[in-house]
Amino acid sequence: MGVEGIGARVARKEDKRFLTGKGRYTDDMSVPGMKYAIFVRSPHAHAKIKSIDATAAKAMPGVIDVLDGKQLTADGIGNLICGWMIHSKDGSPMKMGAWRPLADETVRYVGDAVAVVVADSVNEARDAAEAVIVDYDPLPVVTDPVKALADGQPQLHPEAPNNLIFDWELGDAAATDAAIAAAAHVTEVKILNNRLSPNAMEPRAALGIYDSGDDHYTCYTTSQNPHVARLVMSAFYNVAPENKLRVIAPDVGGGFGSKIYIYPEEIVCLWASKRTGVPVKWTCDRTEAFLTDAHGRDHVSTVKMAFDSSNKITALKVDTIANLGAYMSLFSSCVPTYLYATLLSGQYDIPAIHANVRTVYTNTAPVDAYRGAGRPEATYLLERTMETAARELGLSPAELRRINFIRSFPHQTPVIMNYDAGDYEASLKAAMAAADWDGFTARKAEAERRGMKRGIGMSCYIEACGLAPSSAVGSLGAGVGLWESAEVRVNAVGTIEVMTGSHSHGQGHETTFAQLVADRFGVPIDSVNIVHGDTDKVQMGMGTYGSRSGAVGMSAVVKALDKVEAKAKKIAAHLMEADESDIVIENGELKVAGTDKSVPWFQMALAAYTAHNLPAGMEPGLKEGAFYDPSNFTFPAGCYICEVEVDPDTGQTEIVQFVAADDFGNIINPMIVEGQVHGGLAQGIGQALLEGVHYDPDTGQLLTASYQDYAMPRADNLPSFKVSTSNTPCPNNPLGVKGCGEAGAIGSPPALINAITDAIGNNALTMPATPEKVWAAAHAAN
Amino acid sequence: MYQTNYHRPSSIQEAVKLMSGAAEGKYLAGGMTLIATMKQRLAAASDLVDLRHIAEMKGITVNGRSVRIGAATTHHEVESSAELKAVCPAVCALASHIGDPHVRHMGTIGGSIANNDPAADYPAAMLALDAKIVTNSREIAAADFFTGLFETALHDGEIITAIAFDAPARAAYQKFPNPASRYAMAGVFVARRDNGDVRVAVTGAGSNGVFRHQGMEAALAGNWSPDAVGNVSVDASDLLTDLHASAAYRANLIKVMTKRAVAAA
Repeated sequence: MGVEGIGARVARKEDKRFLTGKGRYTDDMSVPGMKYAIFVRSPHAHAKIKSIDATAAKAMPGVIDVLDGKQLTADGIGNLICGWMIHSKDGSPMKMGAWRPLADETVRYVGDAVAVVVADSVNEARDAAEAVIVDYDPLPVVTDPVKALADGQPQLHPEAPNNLIFDWELGDAAATDAAIAAAAHVTEVKILNNRLSPNAMEPRAALGIYDSGDDHYTCYTTSQNPHVARLVMSAFYNVAPENKLRVIAPDVGGGFGSKIYIYPEEIVCLWASKRTGVPVKWTCDRTEAFLTDAHGRDHVSTVKMAFDSSNKITALKVDTIANLGAYMSLFSSCVPTYLYATLLSGQYDIPAIHANVRTVYTNTAPVDAYRGAGRPEATYLLERTMETAARELGLSPAELRRINFIRSFPHQTPVIMNYDAGDYEASLKAAMAAADWDGFTARKAEAERRGMKRGIGMSCYIEACGLAPSSAVGSLGAGVGLWESAEVRVNAVGTIEVMTGSHSHGQGHETTFAQLVADRFGVPIDSVNIVHGDTDKVQMGMGTYGSRSGAVGMSAVVKALDKVEAKAKKIAAHLMEADESDIVIENGELKVAGTDKSVPWFQMALAAYTAHNLPAGMEPGLKEGAFYDPSNFTFPAGCYICEVEVDPDTGQTEIVQFVAADDFGNIINPMIVEGQVHGGLAQGIGQALLEGVHYDPDTGQLLTASYQDYAMPRADNLPSFKVSTSNTPCPNNPLGVKGCGEAGAIGSPPALINAITDAIGNNALTMPATPEKVWAAAHAAN
Repeated sequence: MYQTNYHRPSSIQEAVKLMSGAAEGKYLAGGMTLIATMKQRLAAASDLVDLRHIAEMKGITVNGRSVRIGAATTHHEVESSAELKAVCPAVCALASHIGDPHVRHMGTIGGSIANNDPAADYPAAMLALDAKIVTNSREIAAADFFTGLFETALHDGEIITAIAFDAPARAAYQKFPNPASRYAMAGVFVARRDNGDVRVAVTGAGSNGVFRHQGMEAALAGNWSPDAVGNVSVDASDLLTDLHASAAYRANLIKVMTKRAVAAA
């Protein structure tokens, strides 16, 4: 590895502009004649719209127009859709209710958009939005997914009786039930996975620009996948054909999944720009974000885990109810199914698994993927169950896990996944050593003398990243393929541009992708530019989510680099009259191995473009593209250990140490990986200790609509993390990488809750473990 | 935010005059609540009369054990006043935990007291210290000043110019913060005077705002020690239940915070 190559701790190239305020986000974009949109939103969680009167609003100062759902429908703009088909176990397709970008008949959650005001300024648009008179006929409300399934509850969509979207299963029910019936011990737990708000630092925004001269649209938007946005807006929403629609996702300040989806606002801004003849910009405010960004998690599950007399797991049975909110968001159906139940084997050799998942409509914001997406739900369920089982069986948590670890690879689980590589014992050992597990008893005794209850807990997680083999996901219902594209352009002076379909919104791709090129050709990373986020610049791409940019996006770059390298060697060999098989590339030069003959990289590039002296029949230029479709998922795994002290008087939890030992495969930039782990841990700890979306069950009003009530993790909630990696390279992609973006958020919640329940001696605790819940559980245990 | 007119008077008299001429005026005394509320369009003041630039309302004076804090004094100024710290460090410590540094450099003691947020810290100190709330027309005992949630004895247009109190022999404030807002979920200010008089004031927990806890006061007057709190019962029926904490949990916090405050005093 060079100082800037693979494995080097290169400082992030993009940070200069982010840290000096020079980032260019969607809200920074300004075009001549631009006007501002404010949405009129439903204050009711469920109501019929009787009428909308915008007469007074239209007459207000600065107002260009007020548009509503009937006009949108009349102009042929389509429904928002869910792009992953799931069939119920009876064979029937999922029940997708209509989601209009502007509701024209019924509103189904507080914040549902009903009209848009376009005005000269944001303030004038707000004033006018308040003057739009919407006459609602309120309907009864249901927010709880379990209750929503019962008879006699409010019905959200006529297509979905009892609000049931699908009733899906995975695994062998009969074998699982038989193993449970024959078990020496069965551990049963009920698991709640709390609903979360994503809270990216940059709120969502959209700028729609319609050019009547070319009948062409441009959309700047906060997207993790601008090409998918263009495809979906084109193919399903009838905004414009792809060749008439350019989508640009410039700097994006965090996504965490919430910016994967196509939301009503970007569609409406494009449509409104055509209707009004002016560019239209909308920027979400924070309360609007709490109301309308797709939420995450929100599962209610029951679990049975069966053991034989030697404490080997013989079966796992899971029943889950997942709240999908008022409408099916873009990938909402795959999160509680193929991204969840397929990971229920965890790191363990489990012969029989059966999962049943029912998804439900409620009068709440749509729920979709949020950092980890299904895998945190699976890990939390499994690792809390393992900890509970260890306590019931009287085994140490490490011992029970060791007894059940998968130790040979590849390993076929009963729930689709085929694990390619891993060494779970290594991560467990590393984490226990780093945490000084053996010294815990002494530390606990010392804490007890201070009146504090000290606890320790672990979590051994596995996740599936590198989404995903296209044919495999296609067979499971995905509406898209999940390959990635790249194009490497070598300029005539030897500098290099890499076009990637991956999208960076905090991950540091401008640095890590450039490190691949520096490593391959020995050129400085400053001579490499990473270009992403613009459908006019990058031909096609599937974007960034599911920790896929390394395993899939970078693999596409590697394929394109292979092609560039091959052609560069041919040119150099021709220039030096050598055999191309003798050419090696080192430190920015193409050399003839074993001789002192060499051609500098830039000279080879210039030769490619002057084309004065190229091998016979070779095309001029040096530009190569590649598509990479992975052959399997990747399987990052690891062991996290958390140690806490609980104040028994108040229930306040302090995390006294947190250890993360991960296996991410090969690593391109360890510093960036550590940053990803730190951020993921903070998010996971936020879920476990602080965060939770709450709706009033009677009115459907969002009770946590600001940071006054929604508790985000802050620096003083977190310890200094001890992170390390012990890596088994992924055998299925050229770099041997697995992905690291979500692990922290996946592995940490159960480790923390296992530590708290250990401290207080009571297993009945739900997330977030607020001081009151911990205090009450601690007292109930005494 | 709706349109508003901003005024910056340099005397109390000018401030009162500006207010009387405003249609729906509001005094601005730091604006740490008011500006945020206006930005959310939940308040619509026609005029904002800024009290932070009136010289006679600023500064801290300590004479012996007699303390006077101008109403436009910021939390940061209270937190870092050496003279105040010498006679009543509990008030400095309280101010040092309000909001964050930005809030402490903008927010004022007068603004906090006039707003009487049921989870704000200062009202507990005022009540426990038996402070006088000095206005441009009268002095109001703290016991009469805080009348309910966001309600005070102030008349329309009346301005708090200062607060005054005699520093007690011992005092301390302990709060248990709401995990989200970091306002007090229960905050307890204890003060003990040389004559044995004890006051215990509780914020963040009462369903009608700040209040004194007679049971705690009686127990601590008899025995000024953390142990004295143990057997005092706290009635949860007058306490708040919300998203973050039940009344029963707040009752427990009141006991724990009182105990810790006595230990710290």
